[in-house]
Amino acid sequence: MSKVEEKLFQNRYLVDEHHPHIAIKHPDRTRGDEALLQCTFCCPAGCYTKTEEGDIELTTDGCVECGTCRIICQGKDNLIWEYPRGGFGVSFKFG
Amino acid sequence: MSEKFDAIVVGAGPAGNAAAIVMARAGMNVLLLERGEYPGSKNVMGAILYSNALEKIIPDFRESAPLERHIVEQRVWMLSEKGHVGGSFRSDEFNVEKPDRYAIIRVAFDRWFSNKAKEAGALLICDTVAKSLLQDDQGRVIGVKTDREGGDIYADVVVLADGVNSMLARQAGFRAELDPANTALVAKEMHFLPPDVIQSRFNIGEKDGVAIEMVGSLTKGKIGMGFLYTNKESIALGIGCMVGDFQEGGLTPYGLIDDLKAHPSIKPLLAGSEVKEYSAHLIPEGGYKAVPKIFGDGWVLVGDSAGLVNSIHREGSNMAMTSGRLAAETIRTLKAEGKPFSAANLSAYRKALDETYVIKDLKKYEGMPGFLHGNRQIFSLYPELMAGAAATMLKVDGVDKKTKEREIFKTFRQSRGLFGLLGDAIKFARAFR
Repeated sequence: MSKVEEKLFQNRYLVDEHHPHIAIKHPDRTRGDEALLQCTFCCPAGCYTKTEEGDIELTTDGCVECGTCRIICQGKDNLIWEYPRGGFGVSFKFG
Repeated sequence: MSEKFDAIVVGAGPAGNAAAIVMARAGMNVLLLERGEYPGSKNVMGAILYSNALEKIIPDFRESAPLERHIVEQRVWMLSEKGHVGGSFRSDEFNVEKPDRYAIIRVAFDRWFSNKAKEAGALLICDTVAKSLLQDDQGRVIGVKTDREGGDIYADVVVLADGVNSMLARQAGFRAELDPANTALVAKEMHFLPPDVIQSRFNIGEKDGVAIEMVGSLTKGKIGMGFLYTNKESIALGIGCMVGDFQEGGLTPYGLIDDLKAHPSIKPLLAGSEVKEYSAHLIPEGGYKAVPKIFGDGWVLVGDSAGLVNSIHREGSNMAMTSGRLAAETIRTLKAEGKPFSAANLSAYRKALDETYVIKDLKKYEGMPGFLHGNRQIFSLYPELMAGAAATMLKVDGVDKKTKEREIFKTFRQSRGLFGLLGDAIKFARAFR
């Protein structure tokens, strides 16, 4: 388990199974996408990972809904970004 | 839900709750929408609450609000790799009957604040995302589309208190996208410790608190700040840098906070703590120049969605409450006079805000974002130089003080140059003028 995953483990989430609220628009075209690559080290929840082949993958389960990837990818037509459905996603106990 | 409301407020944070309370008290039919399962569940803050803005809405808030500790000591630290040089202001003057600032836990505070909105008569509905604004063929805002079935809700005016990302305002084209260079990304951890341990470590009584702000090596030469605030039985530790700096690589938000926790000046303060939450949040730090148009036909922007943050003085929630209150007072007055919520009429909100500390302070520091980008040495070089100077001056090693002074001056001059030092001093003073 990576260090950021240990941190996220403390948080409370209501995961909306099979309805990720953020999605990579063109999963077959992530290689060489500078903005998505930046998300792999900017996302505070480590939701974006680079595979050995150089593709960028996204898992939104640990997302803290900050919007960082959204503003990094603005105008790039590479990301679909929405808030989770009402009540789903992270539920901070302290905030 | 085909009912029509006098006003819909999107977001039950400081700005939204403030607006809902003021309008509901005036007898208006107010709907307060929150996307989280409870108010506060999506919200993150340091968090220091300033009394003044809240007193103007709930004068006796101290009797019921969940306040952690009132701040009796403020420390400012410049961190070097191995230690820190700093100043602190501690005074019995902070121990008054009505202190002006408190450490709070945002989730508890937002829950309390929205209960006040409910008591005033607002209808709070959680678990509901406002997906878009409903507009008529003239472009006037007439309601919101929610993610509930048959979820179109109508109102005479919509208060957008939907936070830093303000999806609604951006989708509708009411404001520009956030600039990564002037948007801070802050990561935060909540460290739990017994109250008596916190009190002895910080040398404070059971109701007193300490706030520490940090600049220096912790942000690895980037523009940013760290903070440590004491709550009753927890310590909030956070660190933030600009998104634009994170994009350049070499830093991660969780890496920064781990390094800060391991810093020799911080580590002993947290020893033995249990971390119970990790969060992250964006702060709009573009200042005065980034404040968009905050009113239009049938809508107003308040709080973070209007970019109302004074990053230099870590003020934001107070500006959120003040803007929410003023927007609501404008709406209340128009309603009482039977006037429509047109852009021309709602412009009175901006005029009222211009007369307060909110816009006056943002204007005072309007050059600050640009200044900081052009002068990164403030965050890296100076803390290191200051710590070095202190170490040289305080070491008793048989070298006379005059020689030490010369040594210190030499290191300053070598690393920045005489004109650089002088220029920095002048620019710094100007940016604060």
